Amino acid sequence: MQALYAQLLVGLINGSFYALLSLGLAVIFGMLNIINFAHGALYMMGAFCAYFLLQLTGIGYWWALLIAPIVVGIFGMILERTMLQWLTGLDHLYGLLLTFGIALIVQGVFQNYFGSSGLPYAIPDYPQIGDWRGLQGGMNLGFMFLPVYRGWVVIFSLVVCIATWYLIEKTRLGANLRAATENPTLVRAFGINVPRMITLTYGLGVGLAALAGVLSAPINQVRPLMGADLIIVVFAVVVIGGMGSIMGSIITGFALGVIEGLTKYFYPEASNTVVFVLMVLVLLIKPAGLTGRAA
Amino acid sequence: MKHRISALFLGAALTVAAGSALAQDKTVKIGVLTDNSGLYSDLGGAGSTLAAQMAIEDSGLAAKGWKIDLISADHQNKPDIATTIARQWVDVEKVDIFMDVLNSGVALAVNNLVKEKNAIMINTGAATSDLTNAQCSPNTVHWVYDTYMLANSTGQALVKAGGDTWYFLTADYAFGHALERDTTAVVVKSGGKVIGTVKHPLNSSDFSSFLLQAQASKAKIVGMANAGGDTTNTIKQASEFGIVAGGQKLAGLLLFITDVHSLGLKVAQGLSFTETFYWDLNDDTRAFSKRFSERMKNKAMPSMVQAGVYSGLIHYFKSLEAMGGNPHDGAKVVAKMKELPTDDKLFGKGTIRADGRKIHPAYLFEVKKPAESKGPWDYYKLIGTTPADQAFRPLSESACALVKK
Repeated sequence: MQALYAQLLVGLINGSFYALLSLGLAVIFGMLNIINFAHGALYMMGAFCAYFLLQLTGIGYWWALLIAPIVVGIFGMILERTMLQWLTGLDHLYGLLLTFGIALIVQGVFQNYFGSSGLPYAIPDYPQIGDWRGLQGGMNLGFMFLPVYRGWVVIFSLVVCIATWYLIEKTRLGANLRAATENPTLVRAFGINVPRMITLTYGLGVGLAALAGVLSAPINQVRPLMGADLIIVVFAVVVIGGMGSIMGSIITGFALGVIEGLTKYFYPEASNTVVFVLMVLVLLIKPAGLTGRAA
Repeated sequence: MKHRISALFLGAALTVAAGSALAQDKTVKIGVLTDNSGLYSDLGGAGSTLAAQMAIEDSGLAAKGWKIDLISADHQNKPDIATTIARQWVDVEKVDIFMDVLNSGVALAVNNLVKEKNAIMINTGAATSDLTNAQCSPNTVHWVYDTYMLANSTGQALVKAGGDTWYFLTADYAFGHALERDTTAVVVKSGGKVIGTVKHPLNSSDFSSFLLQAQASKAKIVGMANAGGDTTNTIKQASEFGIVAGGQKLAGLLLFITDVHSLGLKVAQGLSFTETFYWDLNDDTRAFSKRFSERMKNKAMPSMVQAGVYSGLIHYFKSLEAMGGNPHDGAKVVAKMKELPTDDKLFGKGTIRADGRKIHPAYLFEVKKPAESKGPWDYYKLIGTTPADQAFRPLSESACALVKK
């Protein structure tokens, strides 16, 4: 029974990565109508950015949490300005193919320079206050040993997820954004610069991916293919949650993490496929996803 | 009548031409079939192709009028893709010899094809000991290491040091299964016990669930029957979950120098495992590795897989030279390779047994502490050597059909 609690908690931790990544995807799909296959590559760039900041400039984890999403977000905005914006109004397929191509190129370049086995990035050991050694170490919860860092990841991602949801669903900026995707011509007539908003939104989605990358750097090796391995699962999360639904992807992200964790406990061999089995089941019953509206 | 005579002459002329071409044919085509883009590409990949290139240059055969071609391809760790490439290589490209062939699943598939087509495989990358046991073939030589040897060396050493209860984290495909099976046999034989095992999919990124199960088992040794990126992520996350701090020992059954490099000494220190090649073993290995590293894009030192490509090809060329030409007959060349003793700068003196197993010593290493390392790539301490004749599965235990009993 104790082991089961432990697996639930670990599942929640993985779920927080799925939630952060699928949140960015949902934002981009909801606002830009682009199926962003480059998301995994941008997640990987976030992790690499943290690595470079540490190696080349000595900037540690805490600042990387802020700087990496901005740097990668700017890269994303350049992508949007130079390439993605020309796809407005075209079929989804074009966006998917373009972003998939971008992902392959970015991953290929990184792999060419850094190989496949990855680079080390340690869990931050500061601030050191009394017995507190930054995010290193862990605590005994009775039923499991919880690394402090993993606990931090869950709390931090929850906060970011809720903040993003609030920004888009509850603020004036979010309302403008949603209106701009519904009827760009009308919103433009109110004097709002719609293309700039779209660019900023893409930057936000990409920044969320990069943020997840920084969060994962101390847990996983910083590897060129880290995003490619994850992206398919994250797409399944978005599809199950309902394409474009912000709350749907957050909740499904966490839920799927837990289900995957339980599979790892009861039947580990199936842990890589359980998400897709679920996706098939959900789509059979609700073709628009759990919280999606019928198209 | 006139026609028949000219046909006879033509036939005779062709036979003579073909016969002399056979004796003096000095063309060779080498195919490096490896993982160029996936989780094993650092330990094989482009480095294996470079090692093959260096072997061709060092053999000096070009100066003696030989024409040696080298091609390489990415099998993406998928046996079906690998066999398609291999078939194309033999049928269309006329490849004589397959090198590297990382990944046990891929290796077993290519093994069948190479036998069917009478080509040659010198396998330096795959681990499964089945290549020279149940599935041995007159066309295959298994060069560097195998699961039996890893289990025998690392497993035995750890049980002797008091690690008598084991829990396995096993990659769920041919290699992981073979490594777990062979290590279990050694553990049980040495008086230890396996109390649990969990099979994870190849190329997992999160091992925390599996590590928690290993932790709950309270086994003294957590054996990692996986490789490459799977192993590095396991080690990294094991340190996060306090596996070693909690008194359990992590056993890397298969670890490569590229893995240690990627983990960094801070995380990898204290791990013990077995390899048959390390760049800093002696003057010859240092000289080769320095040349190799200068030509590698990321200045990496060679892994034992890459070193094996070099040494395997050197022996292959030696055998071809002894035969006076390339007969393009795989089984015949392999027979010659088994007949000649091996001697090269990287693996020292050795032999190739009837079952296709290349024999050389195995070294038990421990990863240095950061303070002990004098510079980049100075990672290993040698803590034991298993002599060549004891390192691998004895022929008396072999199920290989080529072994006369």
